[in-house]
Amino acid sequence: MRFGVVRFPGSCDEVDALMACERYGEAELLWHGDRDLRGVDAVVIPGGFSYGDYLRVGAIARFSPVMDAVSDHALHGGPVLGICNGFQVLCEAGLLPGALLPNAGLRFLCRQVDVEVVSGNTPFTRACGAGDMLSIPVKHFSGRYYAPEESLRELDAHGQIILRYAQGHNPNGSVADIAGVCNRDKNVMGLMPHPEHAVDPLTGSSDGGRLFESLATALAPA
Amino acid sequence: MAGALGRVKARVLIRPKEGILDPQGQAVERALPALGFEGASEVRVGRMVELEVTDSSRLDEMCQRLLANPLIEDYEVLVLEESEAAP
Repeated sequence: MRFGVVRFPGSCDEVDALMACERYGEAELLWHGDRDLRGVDAVVIPGGFSYGDYLRVGAIARFSPVMDAVSDHALHGGPVLGICNGFQVLCEAGLLPGALLPNAGLRFLCRQVDVEVVSGNTPFTRACGAGDMLSIPVKHFSGRYYAPEESLRELDAHGQIILRYAQGHNPNGSVADIAGVCNRDKNVMGLMPHPEHAVDPLTGSSDGGRLFESLATALAPA
Repeated sequence: MAGALGRVKARVLIRPKEGILDPQGQAVERALPALGFEGASEVRVGRMVELEVTDSSRLDEMCQRLLANPLIEDYEVLVLEESEAAP
């Protein structure tokens, strides 16, 4: 299977994401000005500061030509994974519910966190079991997930909360300790932690690899 | 109603929705007494967008779709001046 990683002006984690994808399948970089996805099976929207975070994080990137193709891919059931700024972009694009606000502590956070897999029943987490703990770094200023009460009830009822920060270790004030969510159809996921920075034991943890492995096995020919 | 001919100067005020934690507002609120300004409360920090448009009837839509994120922000549109003359 083939991953496509979108590079926006201001992206900074696209090469790590590409290298993470290459461990589990083929991968190539896509450009924000592209109008098609060159036939990739899964799209990764990487971290960074697309368009300088102008106006609001993720607000401008969604107008990139490539985002029409990404939306189309998502609407036809194709998997899309948004990491950090990618998560913010997908929320702004309306492909995921909620929004990301500045961290409650108003500091840029850069540290390893433990996140709990709430559901292994998605193409992004099928290599994990519910309750598994993953050690993955976060590095963000606007990572406080927010969704109104009613949306939270729906997210919960439809099993869309995929990752939570370990109890007592919510780094940014996210509502309900949410670290990652997916859409109702479970083919679009966003998370604030950076699995692409945790794929090699050399960096202290390879837990993040399980997300890419999940996608690769979900899309492997039967 | 402003027609399509004139240019309208407008100011859009955007602030965090009520009930949403505003850590910037809290930080400012805590800093004020340090300078001797007592009694300030409910501080909210937002942003302002100034713009000129030819069709002020679409300002609300602009706010809904780009200038603000209605899920987390409230906005207020102030029309400053309307001129009948085309530029």
